[in-house]
Amino acid sequence: MPIIAASAATSRTDPPPMTPPALALADVSCTFVDRANPAARYTAVAGVTLTVGAGEFVSVVGPTGCGKSTLLNVGAGLLAPSTGTVQVFGEPLQGLNRRAGYMFQAESLMPWRTALQNVAAGLEFRGMPPAEARERASDWLRRVGLGAFGDRYPHQMSGGMRKRASLAQTLVLDPDIILMDEPFSALDIQTRQLMENEVLALWQAKKKAVLFITHDLDEAIAMSDRVVVLSAGPASRPIGEFAVDLPRPRDVAEVRTTAPFIALHNAIWAVLRDEVLKGYQQQLQAGG
Amino acid sequence: MWNLIKPQPRNLRLWQGLLLAAVFGLWHVLTVPGLLPNLVFDNDQQAAFFFGEPLKVAGRIWRWFVTDADIYGHLGVTLVETVLAFAIGAVAGLGGGLWLALQPMASALLEPYIKAMNSMPRIILAPIFAVWFGLGIASKVALGVTLVFFIVFFNVYQGVKEVPPVILANARMLGASPRQLLRHVYLPSATSWVFSSLHTSVGLAFVGAVVGEYLGSASGVGYLIHQAEGVFDINTVMAGILVLTAFALALDGAVGRIERRLLTWQPRPGGSDTEQL
Repeated sequence: MPIIAASAATSRTDPPPMTPPALALADVSCTFVDRANPAARYTAVAGVTLTVGAGEFVSVVGPTGCGKSTLLNVGAGLLAPSTGTVQVFGEPLQGLNRRAGYMFQAESLMPWRTALQNVAAGLEFRGMPPAEARERASDWLRRVGLGAFGDRYPHQMSGGMRKRASLAQTLVLDPDIILMDEPFSALDIQTRQLMENEVLALWQAKKKAVLFITHDLDEAIAMSDRVVVLSAGPASRPIGEFAVDLPRPRDVAEVRTTAPFIALHNAIWAVLRDEVLKGYQQQLQAGG
Repeated sequence: MWNLIKPQPRNLRLWQGLLLAAVFGLWHVLTVPGLLPNLVFDNDQQAAFFFGEPLKVAGRIWRWFVTDADIYGHLGVTLVETVLAFAIGAVAGLGGGLWLALQPMASALLEPYIKAMNSMPRIILAPIFAVWFGLGIASKVALGVTLVFFIVFFNVYQGVKEVPPVILANARMLGASPRQLLRHVYLPSATSWVFSSLHTSVGLAFVGAVVGEYLGSASGVGYLIHQAEGVFDINTVMAGILVLTAFALALDGAVGRIERRLLTWQPRPGGSDTEQL
């Protein structure tokens, strides 16, 4: 096994980028108002500055309920930030982020469409002739291992198959930015590692910018170029950034056993642990 | 012996048939004059007068369908009224429900009036419709439409409101325009709700047609029943009721077939598509 040097630096300054980053959140805050009680406000994220370079794989980890999904929705343009700016390849974001593909945490396939029709949906929405859209969609279904299941409806597929179909649905549009919100959290560990490797292989081939949200630190380190740790909510913000210098291509199962991985894991966990405990305490109090 | 013939999935149909035969047998024994001593009534004609006699009812149905063959016109009229009422009511309900669900302001404005119209016992509109639309098909269709419309309307409204936000957000991220959202997300979602209410709404369209005929018309099965009732011909009334029941069952079966064909994407109620052997 080659000896790998892993640098775990908590530096927050990146080298100045040559091209504008794929996605840049600057000082973003999101405050929600309770509709029933306008006096009650909840600030999910506050003062978040986060960049994802073109072709970079960035993971965001944090305790549950820390506003990770909020950040992703802001990046997708589904949610306008209360304060702060969002830039996509140097352009300020207005409305939906047309250059991004979003893979949701929850089931997002249209249940009235077959797997093939679901994957072809985005292409059809964008005006591609149906025959061509079907051809490309079935090509992508084969790539995610669902070639034989194109005519299945979502309820006829297993959870893992639905996630694969979602992946194909997002990637068939060839987005420049891929946003993923705990995409594999509902899967069993074997399926999950298979999917993680597939995503890495696909990313390796095309080098898109990826913003990957997860609560699983192992997953974050194994897949990313950079891991950002978010503090516990409310008003969570990044409290640490770690560059992951593990060599690629990686196998997510094998890389976990290497020494640099473990060193990095320990370093990040040291930052994350306090926040997880804090978040847990808050949940206990809110529940009690 | 009993273990062989007791009701079980294998001979369920047989038992269901036996039950029907038993009901008709009991009806026959209790009503045919002179068969049993009078227990309730003063003379042995009265039971037959109040409840009819199954053999005479069967004879009436036989004459309607075979020897005289004069019921087909009436059945046709009732069927046309039912289908028209259902089609118009469903399309109007679908359109209205979609529109109101997507226009929060209009829905807030109209909410109390829609509630009021839904709470109103709409059968009572039948005489008004008879005045407005005459004694022909139109007044029955109008009555059926008012019954069907609200069922479909509320289901579609609910269906649109309950499109999972994630599916909506996903479709938007995939590039769907507002029109495409309507066509590819709201409409399919709402249609499934229309179909889930299909059995109820077809049944109500049928009720609207028959009640309309009963209250004033010159044709239809409801009219036949009304005529027979006027001359205390209880056997014909019973025959009409039996024909309507069979007709409604057939209609329901047809709806079930259409539903199964159009909603293949929905999981079967009960969770599993497969059954253990």
